[in-house]
Amino acid sequence: MSHQQDIARLLQGRSFIELSARERAHCLLDAGSCRELAGPFERLYSPWLSAQGIVAQADDGVVICKGLLDGQPAVVAAIEGSFQGGSLGEVGGAKLACALELAAADNRRGIATRAVILFETGGVRLQEANLGLAAIAEIHAAIADLVRYQPVIGIIAGTVGCFGGMSISAGLCSYLIVTREARLGLNGPQVIEQEAGVAEYDSRNRPFIWSLSGGEQRHACGLADALLEDDSVLIRQQLLHYFASGLPGTPRHRRSQHTLQRLLAIDSAAQADADSARQLFQQGARP
Amino acid sequence: MSQPSISQRGRDWFHALCGQQPLLAGYPPSLLVADSELAGQPARYIAVVADPHNPFIRARHGEVGLLEGWALAAAIDAAVEADRQQPCQRAIVAIIDVPSQAYGRREEAYGIHQALAAAAAAYAGARLAGHPVIGLIVGKAMSGAFLAHGYQANRLLALDDAGVMVHAMGKQAAARITLRTVEELETLAASIAPMAYDIASYASLGLLWQLLKVQQPDQPTPADVQLVRAALTEALHDIQADPQRDLRQRLHGEHRQATRQVRELLQRQWAENEG
Repeated sequence: MSHQQDIARLLQGRSFIELSARERAHCLLDAGSCRELAGPFERLYSPWLSAQGIVAQADDGVVICKGLLDGQPAVVAAIEGSFQGGSLGEVGGAKLACALELAAADNRRGIATRAVILFETGGVRLQEANLGLAAIAEIHAAIADLVRYQPVIGIIAGTVGCFGGMSISAGLCSYLIVTREARLGLNGPQVIEQEAGVAEYDSRNRPFIWSLSGGEQRHACGLADALLEDDSVLIRQQLLHYFASGLPGTPRHRRSQHTLQRLLAIDSAAQADADSARQLFQQGARP
Repeated sequence: MSQPSISQRGRDWFHALCGQQPLLAGYPPSLLVADSELAGQPARYIAVVADPHNPFIRARHGEVGLLEGWALAAAIDAAVEADRQQPCQRAIVAIIDVPSQAYGRREEAYGIHQALAAAAAAYAGARLAGHPVIGLIVGKAMSGAFLAHGYQANRLLALDDAGVMVHAMGKQAAARITLRTVEELETLAASIAPMAYDIASYASLGLLWQLLKVQQPDQPTPADVQLVRAALTEALHDIQADPQRDLRQRLHGEHRQATRQVRELLQRQWAENEG
Protein backbone atom coordinates (compact mmCIF):
# COMPACT_ATOMS: atom_id res chain seq x y z
CA MET A 1 0.00 0.00 0.00
CA SER A 2 1.41 3.38 -0.95
CA HIS A 3 1.95 6.24 1.45
CA GLN A 4 -0.95 8.16 -0.16
CA GLN A 5 -3.28 5.20 0.20
CA ASP A 6 -2.24 4.82 3.84
CA ILE A 7 -3.15 8.42 4.56
CA ALA A 8 -6.48 8.11 2.71
CA ARG A 9 -7.32 4.97 4.67
CA LEU A 10 -6.49 6.60 8.00
CA LEU A 11 -8.64 9.63 7.17
CA GLN A 12 -11.59 7.61 5.94
CA GLY A 13 -11.47 4.73 8.41
CA ARG A 14 -13.17 4.82 11.76
CA SER A 15 -10.75 4.04 14.56
CA PHE A 16 -11.97 1.62 17.21
CA ILE A 17 -9.18 2.28 19.68
CA GLU A 18 -10.03 5.97 19.92
CA LEU A 19 -13.58 5.18 21.08
CA SER A 20 -14.68 4.92 24.70
CA ALA A 21 -16.01 1.60 25.99
CA ARG A 22 -19.59 2.81 25.55
CA GLU A 23 -18.96 4.02 22.00
CA ARG A 24 -17.27 0.73 21.14
CA ALA A 25 -20.28 -1.25 22.32
CA HIS A 26 -22.66 1.03 20.38
CA CYS A 27 -20.74 0.79 17.11
CA LEU A 28 -20.67 -3.03 17.22
CA LEU A 29 -24.39 -3.61 17.79
CA ASP A 30 -26.94 -3.15 14.99
CA ALA A 31 -27.86 0.52 14.56
CA GLY A 32 -30.68 1.58 16.85
CA SER A 33 -30.80 -1.71 18.77
CA CYS A 34 -28.46 -0.87 21.64
CA ARG A 35 -29.80 -0.47 25.18
CA GLU A 36 -27.50 -0.03 28.15
CA LEU A 37 -28.29 -2.05 31.29
CA ALA A 38 -27.30 -0.96 34.80
CA GLY A 39 -26.04 2.23 33.18
CA PRO A 40 -24.43 5.29 34.78
CA PHE A 41 -27.76 6.90 35.75
CA GLU A 42 -28.34 4.01 38.13
CA ARG A 43 -25.36 5.37 40.08
CA LEU A 44 -23.84 2.01 40.89
CA TYR A 45 -20.68 3.31 42.49
CA SER A 46 -18.06 1.04 43.96
CA PRO A 47 -18.68 1.03 47.72
CA TRP A 48 -14.95 0.52 48.38
CA LEU A 49 -13.22 3.28 46.41
CA SER A 50 -14.56 6.35 48.19
CA ALA A 51 -13.53 4.82 51.52
CA GLN A 52 -9.98 5.00 50.16
CA GLY A 53 -10.20 8.56 48.86
CA ILE A 54 -10.50 7.45 45.24
CA VAL A 55 -13.11 9.06 42.99
CA ALA A 56 -15.61 6.42 41.91
CA GLN A 57 -17.42 6.31 38.56
CA ALA A 58 -21.17 5.86 38.11
CA ASP A 59 -20.81 2.83 35.85
CA ASP A 60 -17.77 1.45 37.71
CA GLY A 61 -15.95 1.19 34.41
CA VAL A 62 -18.06 -1.58 32.88
CA VAL A 63 -20.67 -0.95 30.17
CA ILE A 64 -23.31 -3.61 29.47
CA CYS A 65 -25.22 -3.15 26.22
CA LYS A 66 -27.99 -5.42 25.05
CA GLY A 67 -29.15 -5.34 21.48
CA LEU A 68 -28.91 -7.13 18.17
CA LEU A 69 -25.94 -8.33 16.18
CA ASP A 70 -26.86 -9.07 12.59
CA GLY A 71 -30.46 -9.29 13.79
CA GLN A 72 -29.69 -11.82 16.54
CA PRO A 73 -29.96 -11.06 20.28
CA ALA A 74 -26.61 -10.14 21.76
CA VAL A 75 -24.93 -8.55 24.74
CA VAL A 76 -21.71 -6.54 24.57
CA ALA A 77 -19.77 -6.07 27.81
CA ALA A 78 -17.15 -3.35 27.44
CA ILE A 79 -14.49 -2.51 30.01
CA GLU A 80 -13.43 1.15 30.14
CA GLY A 81 -9.64 1.12 30.23
CA SER A 82 -9.40 4.78 31.18
CA PHE A 83 -11.10 4.24 34.56
CA GLN A 84 -8.73 2.70 37.13
CA GLY A 85 -6.80 0.94 34.37
CA GLY A 86 -9.85 -1.08 33.39
CA SER A 87 -9.54 -2.93 36.68
CA LEU A 88 -12.46 -5.05 37.87
CA GLY A 89 -13.94 -4.43 41.29
CA GLU A 90 -17.09 -5.69 42.95
CA VAL A 91 -19.67 -3.70 40.94
CA GLY A 92 -18.11 -3.89 37.48
CA GLY A 93 -17.24 -7.53 38.04
CA ALA A 94 -20.81 -8.35 39.06
CA LYS A 95 -22.19 -6.56 35.98
CA LEU A 96 -19.96 -8.53 33.67
CA ALA A 97 -20.51 -11.93 35.33
CA CYS A 98 -24.26 -11.47 35.62
CA ALA A 99 -24.66 -10.33 31.99
CA LEU A 100 -22.91 -13.48 30.77
CA GLU A 101 -24.99 -15.66 33.11
CA LEU A 102 -28.17 -14.07 31.76
CA ALA A 103 -27.03 -14.76 28.19
CA ALA A 104 -26.50 -18.43 29.12
CA ALA A 105 -29.91 -18.54 30.83
CA ASP A 106 -31.47 -17.08 27.66
CA ASN A 107 -29.95 -19.91 25.63
CA ARG A 108 -31.37 -22.50 28.03
CA ARG A 109 -34.87 -21.18 27.38
CA GLY A 110 -34.47 -21.01 23.62
CA ILE A 111 -33.24 -17.46 23.06
CA ALA A 112 -29.89 -17.67 21.28
CA THR A 113 -28.23 -14.65 22.93
CA ARG A 114 -24.58 -14.12 21.94
CA ALA A 115 -21.90 -12.32 23.91
CA VAL A 116 -18.95 -10.09 23.11
CA ILE A 117 -16.43 -8.93 25.70
CA LEU A 118 -14.27 -5.87 25.05
CA PHE A 119 -11.17 -6.38 27.18
CA GLU A 120 -9.22 -3.30 28.23
CA THR A 121 -8.19 -4.36 31.66
CA GLY A 122 -5.35 -4.83 34.08
CA GLY A 123 -7.37 -7.53 35.87
CA VAL A 124 -8.38 -7.41 39.53
CA ARG A 125 -8.76 -3.93 41.04
CA LEU A 126 -6.33 -4.17 43.95
CA GLN A 127 -8.35 -1.69 46.04
CA GLU A 128 -11.17 -4.28 46.08
CA ALA A 129 -8.81 -7.20 45.82
CA ASN A 130 -10.69 -10.30 46.93
CA LEU A 131 -14.07 -9.17 45.63
CA GLY A 132 -12.51 -8.45 42.22
CA LEU A 133 -10.88 -11.87 42.24
CA ALA A 134 -14.15 -13.58 43.21
CA ALA A 135 -16.02 -11.76 40.43
CA ILE A 136 -13.41 -12.85 37.91
CA ALA A 137 -13.86 -16.48 38.99
CA GLU A 138 -17.59 -15.96 38.40
CA ILE A 139 -16.86 -14.49 34.96
CA HIS A 140 -14.80 -17.60 34.14
CA ALA A 141 -17.68 -19.79 35.27
CA ALA A 142 -20.16 -17.83 33.16
CA ILE A 143 -18.01 -17.98 30.01
CA ALA A 144 -17.46 -21.73 30.48
CA ASP A 145 -21.23 -22.15 30.74
CA LEU A 146 -22.21 -19.88 27.83
CA VAL A 147 -19.70 -21.31 25.32
CA ARG A 148 -21.61 -24.57 25.45
CA TYR A 149 -24.38 -22.81 23.49
CA GLN A 150 -22.96 -19.80 21.62
CA PRO A 151 -19.56 -18.39 20.75
CA VAL A 152 -18.22 -15.85 23.24
CA ILE A 153 -16.00 -13.44 21.35
CA GLY A 154 -13.29 -11.36 22.98
CA ILE A 155 -11.81 -8.22 21.46
CA ILE A 156 -8.56 -6.72 22.70
CA ALA A 157 -8.04 -3.53 20.74
CA GLY A 158 -5.86 -1.29 22.88
CA THR A 159 -4.41 0.63 24.53
CA VAL A 160 -4.62 -0.86 28.01
CA GLY A 161 -4.28 -4.51 27.00
CA CYS A 162 -5.68 -7.50 28.82
CA PHE A 163 -3.94 -8.81 31.92
CA GLY A 164 -4.38 -10.65 35.20
CA GLY A 165 -7.41 -12.81 35.79
CA MET A 166 -9.07 -11.27 32.76
CA SER A 167 -6.37 -12.67 30.48
CA ILE A 168 -7.64 -16.05 31.66
CA SER A 169 -11.15 -14.91 30.65
CA ALA A 170 -9.74 -14.06 27.21
CA GLY A 171 -8.24 -17.55 27.07
CA LEU A 172 -11.71 -19.02 27.64
CA CYS A 173 -13.34 -17.16 24.74
CA SER A 174 -14.34 -19.04 21.59
CA TYR A 175 -12.63 -16.45 19.38
CA LEU A 176 -10.26 -13.64 20.15
CA ILE A 177 -9.78 -10.56 17.93
CA VAL A 178 -6.71 -8.36 18.45
CA THR A 179 -5.06 -5.34 16.84
CA ARG A 180 -1.32 -4.63 16.68
CA GLU A 181 -1.75 -2.21 19.55
CA ALA A 182 -3.22 -4.93 21.80
CA ARG A 183 -1.30 -6.76 24.50
CA LEU A 184 -2.32 -10.00 26.15
CA GLY A 185 -0.55 -11.61 29.08
CA LEU A 186 -1.14 -12.95 32.56
CA ASN A 187 1.17 -10.71 34.54
CA GLY A 188 1.63 -7.04 33.80
CA PRO A 189 5.22 -6.02 32.98
CA GLN A 190 5.57 -3.95 36.16
CA VAL A 191 4.56 -6.87 38.37
CA ILE A 192 6.93 -9.29 36.66
CA GLU A 193 9.78 -6.84 37.03
CA GLN A 194 8.87 -6.38 40.70
CA GLU A 195 8.73 -10.13 41.35
CA ALA A 196 11.51 -11.42 39.11
CA GLY A 197 13.84 -8.49 38.47
CA VAL A 198 14.59 -6.22 35.55
CA ALA A 199 16.85 -8.78 33.86
CA GLU A 200 13.87 -11.14 33.61
CA TYR A 201 11.42 -8.49 32.41
CA ASP A 202 12.17 -4.85 31.68
CA SER A 203 8.85 -3.07 32.09
CA ARG A 204 10.16 0.05 30.30
CA ASN A 205 11.29 -1.73 27.17
CA ARG A 206 8.25 -1.31 24.95
CA PRO A 207 9.55 -3.12 21.83
CA PHE A 208 10.50 -6.10 24.02
CA ILE A 209 7.05 -6.16 25.68
CA TRP A 210 5.18 -5.96 22.39
CA SER A 211 7.45 -8.63 20.87
CA LEU A 212 6.23 -11.09 23.54
CA SER A 213 2.68 -10.00 24.36
CA GLY A 214 1.63 -7.77 21.45
CA GLY A 215 -1.32 -8.54 19.20
CA GLU A 216 0.80 -9.53 16.21
CA GLN A 217 2.85 -12.03 18.25
CA ARG A 218 -0.21 -13.50 19.97
CA HIS A 219 -1.86 -13.98 16.60
CA ALA A 220 1.29 -15.58 15.14
CA CYS A 221 1.28 -18.01 18.10
CA GLY A 222 -2.37 -18.91 17.61
CA LEU A 223 -3.32 -17.37 20.95
CA ALA A 224 -5.59 -14.94 19.06
CA ASP A 225 -7.66 -15.76 15.99
CA ALA A 226 -7.74 -12.51 14.02
CA LEU A 227 -5.27 -9.64 13.78
CA LEU A 228 -7.06 -6.59 12.42
CA GLU A 229 -6.42 -2.98 11.56
CA ASP A 230 -7.75 -0.45 14.05
CA ASP A 231 -11.02 -0.06 12.16
CA SER A 232 -14.49 -0.37 13.66
CA VAL A 233 -16.04 -1.63 10.44
CA LEU A 234 -13.48 -4.40 9.99
CA ILE A 235 -13.79 -5.47 13.61
CA ARG A 236 -17.57 -5.66 13.35
CA GLN A 237 -17.36 -7.66 10.12
CA GLN A 238 -15.02 -10.16 11.77
CA LEU A 239 -17.40 -10.45 14.70
CA LEU A 240 -20.32 -11.27 12.41
CA HIS A 241 -18.16 -13.77 10.53
CA TYR A 242 -17.29 -15.64 13.73
CA PHE A 243 -20.88 -15.72 14.95
CA ALA A 244 -21.94 -17.06 11.57
CA SER A 245 -19.25 -19.78 11.82
CA GLY A 246 -20.57 -21.05 15.15
CA LEU A 247 -18.50 -22.70 17.87
CA PRO A 248 -14.88 -23.60 17.10
CA GLY A 249 -14.12 -27.32 16.71
CA THR A 250 -11.45 -27.47 19.39
CA PRO A 251 -11.25 -24.52 21.74
CA ARG A 252 -7.72 -23.26 22.45
CA HIS A 253 -7.82 -24.48 26.03
CA ARG A 254 -8.59 -28.09 25.06
CA ARG A 255 -5.10 -28.92 23.82
CA SER A 256 -3.39 -29.84 27.08
CA GLN A 257 -1.62 -33.04 26.04
CA HIS A 258 -0.21 -31.52 22.88
CA THR A 259 0.95 -28.33 24.59
CA LEU A 260 2.46 -30.21 27.55
CA GLN A 261 4.53 -32.35 25.20
CA ARG A 262 5.73 -29.29 23.33
CA LEU A 263 6.66 -27.49 26.55
CA LEU A 264 8.59 -30.49 27.86
CA ALA A 265 10.46 -30.79 24.55
CA ILE A 266 11.85 -27.24 24.45
CA ASP A 267 15.09 -26.12 26.07
CA SER A 268 13.61 -24.36 29.07
CA ALA A 269 17.07 -23.31 30.31
CA ALA A 270 17.28 -20.88 27.40
CA GLN A 271 15.48 -17.57 27.90
CA ALA A 272 12.39 -17.11 25.73
CA ASP A 273 11.98 -14.64 22.90
CA ALA A 274 9.46 -13.98 20.16
CA ASP A 275 11.02 -16.57 17.84
CA SER A 276 11.16 -19.37 20.40
CA ALA A 277 7.50 -18.73 21.20
CA ARG A 278 6.48 -18.87 17.54
CA GLN A 279 8.42 -22.10 17.15
CA LEU A 280 6.70 -23.64 20.16
CA PHE A 281 3.24 -22.84 18.88
CA GLN A 282 3.75 -23.23 15.16
CA GLN A 283 5.56 -26.56 14.95
CA GLY A 284 2.84 -29.13 14.74
CA ALA A 285 0.55 -26.66 16.38
CA ARG A 286 -2.57 -27.87 14.62
CA PRO A 287 -3.01 -31.55 15.44
CA MET B 1 12.36 -9.31 44.20
CA SER B 2 10.71 -11.79 46.48
CA GLN B 3 11.59 -15.41 47.02
CA PRO B 4 8.66 -17.35 48.48
CA SER B 5 9.51 -19.88 51.15
CA ILE B 6 8.47 -23.37 50.22
CA SER B 7 5.36 -24.71 51.89
CA GLN B 8 4.82 -28.43 52.50
CA ARG B 9 1.19 -28.06 53.49
CA GLY B 10 -0.32 -28.96 50.14
CA ARG B 11 1.79 -32.09 49.90
CA ASP B 12 1.13 -33.10 53.53
CA TRP B 13 -2.63 -32.67 53.32
CA PHE B 14 -2.73 -34.44 49.97
CA HIS B 15 -1.03 -37.50 51.46
CA ALA B 16 -3.05 -37.27 54.67
CA LEU B 17 -6.31 -37.36 52.71
CA CYS B 18 -5.52 -39.95 50.06
CA GLY B 19 -3.48 -42.25 52.26
CA GLN B 20 -1.37 -44.78 50.43
CA GLN B 21 -3.01 -44.42 47.03
CA PRO B 22 -0.34 -44.38 44.30
CA LEU B 23 0.15 -41.19 42.31
CA LEU B 24 -1.22 -41.28 38.79
CA ALA B 25 1.60 -41.31 36.25
CA GLY B 26 2.05 -38.92 33.36
CA TYR B 27 2.00 -35.63 35.25
CA PRO B 28 4.94 -33.36 36.11
CA PRO B 29 6.37 -33.79 39.66
CA SER B 30 4.76 -30.46 40.62
CA LEU B 31 1.31 -31.99 40.24
CA LEU B 32 0.10 -34.72 42.59
CA VAL B 33 -2.92 -36.63 41.30
CA ALA B 34 -4.44 -39.70 42.97
CA ASP B 35 -7.70 -41.56 42.75
CA SER B 36 -9.07 -42.44 46.15
CA GLU B 37 -12.44 -42.14 47.82
CA LEU B 38 -14.57 -39.69 49.75
CA ALA B 39 -17.50 -40.95 51.81
CA GLY B 40 -17.15 -44.29 50.07
CA GLN B 41 -17.48 -42.71 46.62
CA PRO B 42 -14.70 -42.37 44.05
CA ALA B 43 -12.77 -39.11 44.24
CA ARG B 44 -9.75 -37.63 42.47
CA TYR B 45 -7.44 -35.56 44.69
CA ILE B 46 -5.18 -32.96 43.08
CA ALA B 47 -2.46 -30.74 44.57
CA VAL B 48 0.09 -28.37 43.03
CA VAL B 49 3.34 -28.66 45.02
CA ALA B 50 6.87 -27.26 44.90
CA ASP B 51 9.34 -29.01 42.60
CA PRO B 52 12.94 -27.75 43.05
CA HIS B 53 13.83 -29.32 39.69
CA ASN B 54 10.98 -27.82 37.71
CA PRO B 55 12.36 -27.22 34.19
CA PHE B 56 10.74 -23.77 34.35
CA ILE B 57 12.82 -21.98 36.98
CA ARG B 58 10.16 -19.43 37.90
CA ALA B 59 7.81 -22.23 39.00
CA ARG B 60 9.94 -24.05 41.56
CA HIS B 61 8.24 -22.92 44.78
CA GLY B 62 4.79 -24.30 44.18
CA GLU B 63 3.68 -21.60 41.74
CA VAL B 64 1.14 -22.50 39.08
CA GLY B 65 3.08 -22.13 35.85
CA LEU B 66 2.87 -23.39 32.29
CA LEU B 67 3.28 -27.10 33.05
CA GLU B 68 1.02 -26.94 36.09
CA GLY B 69 -1.80 -25.16 34.27
CA TRP B 70 -1.87 -27.54 31.33
CA ALA B 71 -1.32 -30.60 33.55
CA LEU B 72 -4.22 -29.58 35.82
CA ALA B 73 -6.39 -29.40 32.72
CA ALA B 74 -5.20 -32.83 31.59
CA ALA B 75 -5.81 -34.41 35.02
CA ILE B 76 -9.34 -33.04 35.29
CA ASP B 77 -10.34 -33.58 31.67
CA ALA B 78 -9.19 -37.22 31.96
CA ALA B 79 -11.56 -37.78 34.91
CA VAL B 80 -14.45 -36.12 33.07
CA GLU B 81 -13.78 -38.22 29.99
CA ALA B 82 -13.52 -41.46 31.99
CA ASP B 83 -16.81 -40.81 33.83
CA ARG B 84 -18.80 -39.52 30.88
CA GLN B 85 -20.79 -42.75 30.47
CA GLN B 86 -20.90 -43.52 34.20
CA PRO B 87 -24.07 -43.06 36.26
CA CYS B 88 -22.04 -41.23 38.93
CA GLN B 89 -19.31 -38.64 38.33
CA ARG B 90 -16.39 -38.86 40.74
CA ALA B 91 -15.72 -35.97 43.10
CA ILE B 92 -12.71 -33.79 42.44
CA VAL B 93 -10.92 -32.42 45.49
CA ALA B 94 -8.48 -29.57 44.86
CA ILE B 95 -6.00 -29.19 47.73
CA ILE B 96 -4.95 -25.57 47.53
CA ASP B 97 -1.61 -24.22 48.70
CA VAL B 98 -0.35 -22.05 45.86
CA PRO B 99 1.85 -19.00 46.61
CA SER B 100 1.22 -17.42 43.19
CA GLN B 101 1.21 -17.94 39.47
CA ALA B 102 4.69 -18.04 37.92
CA TYR B 103 6.12 -14.62 37.09
CA GLY B 104 8.63 -14.85 34.26
CA ARG B 105 9.54 -14.08 30.68
CA ARG B 106 9.21 -17.69 29.50
CA GLU B 107 5.81 -17.89 31.12
CA GLU B 108 4.48 -14.83 29.32
CA ALA B 109 6.09 -15.74 26.00
CA TYR B 110 4.66 -19.26 26.07
CA GLY B 111 1.18 -18.11 27.02
CA ILE B 112 0.76 -18.84 30.74
CA HIS B 113 -2.64 -17.10 30.59
CA GLN B 114 -3.80 -19.83 28.19
CA ALA B 115 -2.39 -22.58 30.46
CA LEU B 116 -4.33 -21.16 33.39
CA ALA B 117 -7.43 -20.79 31.22
CA ALA B 118 -7.14 -24.48 30.35
CA ALA B 119 -7.13 -25.37 34.05
CA ALA B 120 -10.03 -23.04 34.93
CA ALA B 121 -12.04 -24.34 31.96
CA ALA B 122 -11.38 -27.94 33.01
CA TYR B 123 -12.58 -27.34 36.58
CA ALA B 124 -15.65 -25.44 35.38
CA GLY B 125 -16.31 -28.12 32.77
CA ALA B 126 -16.10 -30.86 35.39
CA ARG B 127 -18.54 -28.98 37.62
CA LEU B 128 -20.97 -28.49 34.71
CA ALA B 129 -20.62 -32.17 33.77
CA GLY B 130 -21.90 -33.12 37.22
CA HIS B 131 -18.66 -33.77 39.10
CA PRO B 132 -18.84 -32.45 42.64
CA VAL B 133 -15.79 -30.15 42.85
CA ILE B 134 -14.49 -29.18 46.29
CA GLY B 135 -11.68 -26.72 46.98
CA LEU B 136 -9.81 -27.16 50.27
CA ILE B 137 -7.54 -24.21 51.08
CA VAL B 138 -4.77 -25.36 53.44
CA GLY B 139 -2.21 -22.60 52.75
CA LYS B 140 -1.98 -19.74 50.28
CA ALA B 141 -4.54 -19.30 47.53
CA MET B 142 -3.17 -16.42 45.55
CA SER B 143 -4.52 -14.66 42.52
CA GLY B 144 -4.15 -16.39 39.15
CA ALA B 145 -2.90 -19.55 40.82
CA PHE B 146 -6.16 -19.84 42.75
CA LEU B 147 -8.23 -18.98 39.65
CA ALA B 148 -6.55 -21.95 37.94
CA HIS B 149 -6.62 -24.33 40.88
CA GLY B 150 -9.75 -24.38 42.98
CA TYR B 151 -11.76 -21.20 42.44
CA GLN B 152 -14.22 -23.01 40.15
CA ALA B 153 -15.20 -25.42 42.94
CA ASN B 154 -18.86 -25.91 43.93
CA ARG B 155 -17.81 -25.44 47.56
CA LEU B 156 -14.72 -23.81 49.09
CA LEU B 157 -13.42 -24.83 52.50
CA ALA B 158 -10.44 -23.36 54.33
CA LEU B 159 -8.41 -24.10 57.42
CA ASP B 160 -8.85 -21.40 60.05
CA ASP B 161 -5.21 -20.50 60.50
CA ALA B 162 -2.85 -17.55 60.11
CA GLY B 163 -0.94 -19.40 57.39
CA VAL B 164 -4.06 -19.56 55.23
CA MET B 165 -4.46 -16.62 52.91
CA VAL B 166 -6.47 -15.66 49.85
CA HIS B 167 -5.51 -12.62 47.84
CA ALA B 168 -5.17 -11.00 44.43
CA MET B 169 -1.52 -10.09 44.87
CA GLY B 170 1.28 -10.41 47.44
CA LYS B 171 1.58 -7.49 49.86
CA GLN B 172 4.86 -6.07 48.52
CA ALA B 173 3.73 -6.06 44.91
CA ALA B 174 0.22 -4.79 45.76
CA ALA B 175 1.75 -1.88 47.69
CA ARG B 176 4.06 -1.00 44.80
CA ILE B 177 1.35 -1.19 42.16
CA THR B 178 -1.16 0.89 44.15
CA LEU B 179 1.58 3.41 45.09
CA ARG B 180 1.28 2.72 48.81
CA THR B 181 3.56 1.47 51.55
CA VAL B 182 2.99 -1.97 53.05
CA GLU B 183 1.99 -0.23 56.29
CA GLU B 184 -0.62 1.89 54.49
CA LEU B 185 -1.92 -1.24 52.82
CA GLU B 186 -2.27 -2.98 56.18
CA THR B 187 -4.06 0.01 57.70
CA LEU B 188 -6.56 0.05 54.83
CA ALA B 189 -7.02 -3.71 55.01
CA ALA B 190 -8.10 -3.37 58.63
CA SER B 191 -11.26 -1.50 57.58
CA ILE B 192 -11.77 -2.69 53.97
CA ALA B 193 -12.65 -6.38 54.17
CA PRO B 194 -11.90 -7.36 50.54
CA MET B 195 -8.37 -5.95 50.85
CA ALA B 196 -7.48 -7.96 53.96
CA TYR B 197 -5.14 -10.93 53.81
CA ASP B 198 -6.54 -12.97 56.71
CA ILE B 199 -8.96 -15.82 56.22
CA ALA B 200 -11.62 -14.46 58.62
CA SER B 201 -12.01 -11.31 56.50
CA TYR B 202 -12.19 -13.52 53.44
CA ALA B 203 -14.91 -15.57 55.10
CA SER B 204 -16.90 -12.35 55.69
CA LEU B 205 -17.19 -11.98 51.90
CA GLY B 206 -19.34 -15.11 51.85
CA LEU B 207 -17.07 -17.00 49.49
CA LEU B 208 -16.28 -19.85 51.87
CA TRP B 209 -18.67 -22.64 52.63
CA GLN B 210 -16.87 -23.62 55.83
CA LEU B 211 -13.92 -22.56 57.95
CA LEU B 212 -12.24 -25.47 59.73
CA LYS B 213 -10.36 -25.19 63.00
CA VAL B 214 -7.67 -27.85 63.14
CA GLN B 215 -4.95 -28.44 65.76
CA GLN B 216 -1.92 -28.65 63.50
CA PRO B 217 -2.37 -27.23 60.02
CA ASP B 218 1.29 -28.00 59.24
CA GLN B 219 1.41 -31.58 60.42
CA PRO B 220 -2.19 -32.71 60.65
CA THR B 221 -3.03 -35.04 63.52
CA PRO B 222 -5.35 -38.02 62.94
CA ALA B 223 -8.12 -35.96 64.57
CA ASP B 224 -7.41 -33.06 62.17
CA VAL B 225 -7.64 -35.38 59.20
CA GLN B 226 -10.87 -36.85 60.53
CA LEU B 227 -12.36 -33.39 61.00
CA VAL B 228 -11.44 -32.30 57.47
CA ARG B 229 -12.68 -35.58 55.97
CA ALA B 230 -16.01 -35.09 57.74
CA ALA B 231 -16.29 -31.56 56.33
CA LEU B 232 -15.41 -32.75 52.81
CA THR B 233 -18.05 -35.47 53.14
CA GLU B 234 -20.61 -32.92 54.22
CA ALA B 235 -19.66 -30.68 51.28
CA LEU B 236 -19.98 -33.62 48.90
CA HIS B 237 -23.49 -34.43 50.15
CA ASP B 238 -24.45 -30.75 50.06
CA ILE B 239 -23.38 -30.50 46.41
CA GLN B 240 -25.13 -33.73 45.47
CA ALA B 241 -28.36 -32.47 47.02
CA ASP B 242 -28.10 -29.12 45.22
CA PRO B 243 -29.82 -28.92 41.82
CA GLN B 244 -27.63 -25.90 40.91
CA ARG B 245 -24.11 -26.54 39.69
CA ASP B 246 -23.08 -22.89 39.37
CA LEU B 247 -21.40 -20.54 41.88
CA ARG B 248 -24.50 -18.68 43.15
CA GLN B 249 -24.01 -20.13 46.61
CA ARG B 250 -21.17 -17.56 47.08
CA LEU B 251 -23.33 -14.48 46.66
CA HIS B 252 -24.75 -14.13 50.16
CA GLY B 253 -21.83 -12.65 52.14
CA GLU B 254 -22.35 -9.70 54.46
CA HIS B 255 -19.83 -7.66 52.46
CA ARG B 256 -21.33 -8.44 49.07
CA GLN B 257 -24.40 -6.20 49.21
CA ALA B 258 -23.33 -4.25 46.13
CA THR B 259 -22.98 -7.50 44.18
CA ARG B 260 -26.56 -8.50 45.00
CA GLN B 261 -27.89 -5.02 44.22
CA VAL B 262 -26.18 -4.97 40.82
CA ARG B 263 -27.37 -8.46 39.95
CA GLU B 264 -30.97 -7.72 40.91
CA LEU B 265 -31.04 -4.57 38.80
CA LEU B 266 -29.39 -6.21 35.81
CA GLN B 267 -31.77 -9.18 35.92
CA ARG B 268 -34.78 -6.89 36.04
CA GLN B 269 -33.58 -4.67 33.19
CA TRP B 270 -32.56 -7.66 31.08
CA ALA B 271 -36.08 -9.07 31.26
CA GLU B 272 -37.75 -5.67 30.61
CA ASN B 273 -36.16 -5.68 27.20
CA GLU B 274 -38.36 -8.53 26.09
CA GLY B 275 -41.69 -6.81 26.71
